[in-house]
Amino acid sequence: MPYSPLLVKPMRDELTVLGVRELLTPKDVDDFMNDKQGTALLVVNSVCGCAAGMARPGIRLALQHDHRPDRVVSVFAGQDLEATARFRGYLADIPPSSPSIALFKDGELVHFIPRHRIEGRDAHQVASDLVAAFDEHCAVPAAAQAR
Amino acid sequence: MGTFHQNKGALHGITVVVDTTGPEIFVGRCDDTDERGIVLDDVDVHRDGEGGRSKDDYVQRAARLGVFKKYDRLFIPQERVASIRRLGEI
Repeated sequence: MPYSPLLVKPMRDELTVLGVRELLTPKDVDDFMNDKQGTALLVVNSVCGCAAGMARPGIRLALQHDHRPDRVVSVFAGQDLEATARFRGYLADIPPSSPSIALFKDGELVHFIPRHRIEGRDAHQVASDLVAAFDEHCAVPAAAQAR
Repeated sequence: MGTFHQNKGALHGITVVVDTTGPEIFVGRCDDTDERGIVLDDVDVHRDGEGGRSKDDYVQRAARLGVFKKYDRLFIPQERVASIRRLGEI
């Protein structure tokens, strides 16, 4: 059963203040997944302690890096139930995990951080994992920059 | 570091791999451990060789992506436990 929206609002705000766009409906998710151009980060947000202590602060740190995805969005597990289920339907081979973080490039999943790679770590370790993925997948090649 | 329940052990809230002295290996979120055994939530179990995969094959895939749970909650008696590892450290 979803928590009170009042209780959850600060957990949403912690990401939206960074420019993360929330996907609240299945249509939002479909629109996001159908836009396959460039790089995109999707955060499965959660009310649990590892989202509060590690995932969201780690995302905040990582998004300060020079290389970052073109788009950053979130769904809220346990709150926006239909949107979360629709997203998980796109990744049917990957077990449900919240919090978790998925990086897409041109519509293909290129990096995935499940909950067990967030819990028991600290925000800097989560950020470091994300930054490495951003450097690998989100950096603009020098040839493209010169154009 | 466990999560925020002071009366639980250090692995509380952490996803662990519990290998047994038999063919089964379990992955689940640790609720608590004591001298009697370990209680896991959201648990998957694999039997060595099932689907052509060894225990190690199964653990490697679990470490990359996680597991689909087969049980909400499970108790594994201490006498069956061969080892407990954090999945996030594999």
